[in-house]
Amino acid sequence: MKALSVSDLSKQYKNGVQALKSVNFEVNKGDFFALLGPNGAGKTTAIGIITSLVNKTSGSIQVFDSDIDHQLSLAKSYLGVVPQEINLNLFDKCINTLVNQAGFYGIPRSEAKKRAEDYLKQMNLWDKRNSNARDLSGGMKRRLMVARALVNKPRLLLLDEPTAGVDIETRRMMWNFLRELNEQGTTIILTTHYLEEAEQLCDRVAIIDEGEIIENDTMLNVLGKLKKEVFVLNIDGSIDVAPKIPGYETSLRSPREIEVSVSQSQGVNDIFTELKKLDIKVISMRNKTSRLEELFIELTNNRTKELEG
Amino acid sequence: MNAQMISMIALVRKETTRVLRIWVQTLIPPGITMSLYFIIFGTLIGRRIGEMDGYPYMEYIAPGLIMMSVITNSYGNVVGSFFNAKIQRHIEELLVSPMTEASIVIGYLAGGIIRGLFVAAVVSVIALFFTDLNIKYPLLTFVVVVMTAGVFSLAGLLNAIFAKKFDDIAVIPSFVLAPLTYLGGVFYTVSLLPDFWQTISRFNPILYMVNSMRYSVLGTSDIEIIDGMLMIVGFFILLLFTSIYLLKKGIGIRD
Repeated sequence: MKALSVSDLSKQYKNGVQALKSVNFEVNKGDFFALLGPNGAGKTTAIGIITSLVNKTSGSIQVFDSDIDHQLSLAKSYLGVVPQEINLNLFDKCINTLVNQAGFYGIPRSEAKKRAEDYLKQMNLWDKRNSNARDLSGGMKRRLMVARALVNKPRLLLLDEPTAGVDIETRRMMWNFLRELNEQGTTIILTTHYLEEAEQLCDRVAIIDEGEIIENDTMLNVLGKLKKEVFVLNIDGSIDVAPKIPGYETSLRSPREIEVSVSQSQGVNDIFTELKKLDIKVISMRNKTSRLEELFIELTNNRTKELEG
Repeated sequence: MNAQMISMIALVRKETTRVLRIWVQTLIPPGITMSLYFIIFGTLIGRRIGEMDGYPYMEYIAPGLIMMSVITNSYGNVVGSFFNAKIQRHIEELLVSPMTEASIVIGYLAGGIIRGLFVAAVVSVIALFFTDLNIKYPLLTFVVVVMTAGVFSLAGLLNAIFAKKFDDIAVIPSFVLAPLTYLGGVFYTVSLLPDFWQTISRFNPILYMVNSMRYSVLGTSDIEIIDGMLMIVGFFILLLFTSIYLLKKGIGIRD
């Protein structure tokens, strides 16, 4: 059974903007699925249509085999959503936000209270249970929105940039939490601008650009399509000019850091051999950016050139 | 209990809690305003007017004043609550949930009716300081208050659905609701008006609501009670289905 099937989904807004152009993708049950794309690519519109916050122009969507045109309430009962923008009732207490939301999903009040307590504790918000949402910090509001999305124990969780604007500690905490949730069987769709986040968490990825899906595969396969990776080598001592390594593009990032471009067909062993010959000792090595980020830029740049060409 | 019922009760509870949480804004102002009406129109001016339709003026205007507060407050409750939810976007909490549009409408409707009932109770207690309120048909009074509060809750909901900015929710109460209420026979019997204006008055739906209330309390009215009830029930059904239809279509709430 597919957790989500999106077929020929199109959306044209009243102002004429074509946000989605016959988009097709599927999410398997249990997937941690990344939906990536530049700003305005159509990610939020797609999530809006799946959660019925946006009316579609055409196409069909099934959530665990329930068609949103014919079994909307059932389809929605499977979903939990964390939107991109803060949409809390700022004058409600945190605990009430969760209890009410559970109530809207038809969960009896006694059970709703238990779940609210549970998720507030898991999101480290229990101390703030009686505070109004407006009194929370940005990161706390995000965590409250995640807790709210989970209170109906959704089978499919949609996260639209859930870690935008939160500090590193909170982000890591949320990553661990989402990983566990996924391992327990919740299918997750994540949109994010932190591509490292997608690379770390997701096992499948679709890239959307200008309302069209331009890549849709497992994370492993997608990363395999990366033509070139850039590594940063930290060296012992300092140099003034980038060393020449046959077959590799090199540049000096700082006197103690060398950048080396490595294409898919090349290995990294030769780099070390050549540097050793030049009496340069490598202390550590890292990717310049996340691999997914490099691929993302490659794909979206290629597409921009295609469209312009 | 059925899931839709639980979700509807959750919304009603949320709306009722809101009314009680901000009681200084929801219950006190109508109490103060109506006290002033009773003092100025009832005690000071009313003494010079004497009787209206065979009743002391204070007693005559009391049902209309209760109805006036019910109308204003039930309307204000829903238009304010729903529009705020739209502006702050927490309406999405409801829209992403499996609640049907009918449940959402009924939830807000119930919130408006409950505020209407609270306000009716507050104003009635205040009225007792100025006049006797011997309710002739208590059940009918209850039905008229609930149904009228329902009609104006739904009207408020429609206003909020279409409103895009705060001005849009202020225009209807100021330029439509207030004039219609004042011209709806709260302070006078329309039989005092020239024939032409009497005919015009009969196109004012609030006239039917105020007079239904007056009939249920005093037993006197400018209209046949059956016409009043038909008008109230007719408007209620019309606005209820229109609201559900608009929410289903996503008008004013979905892109």
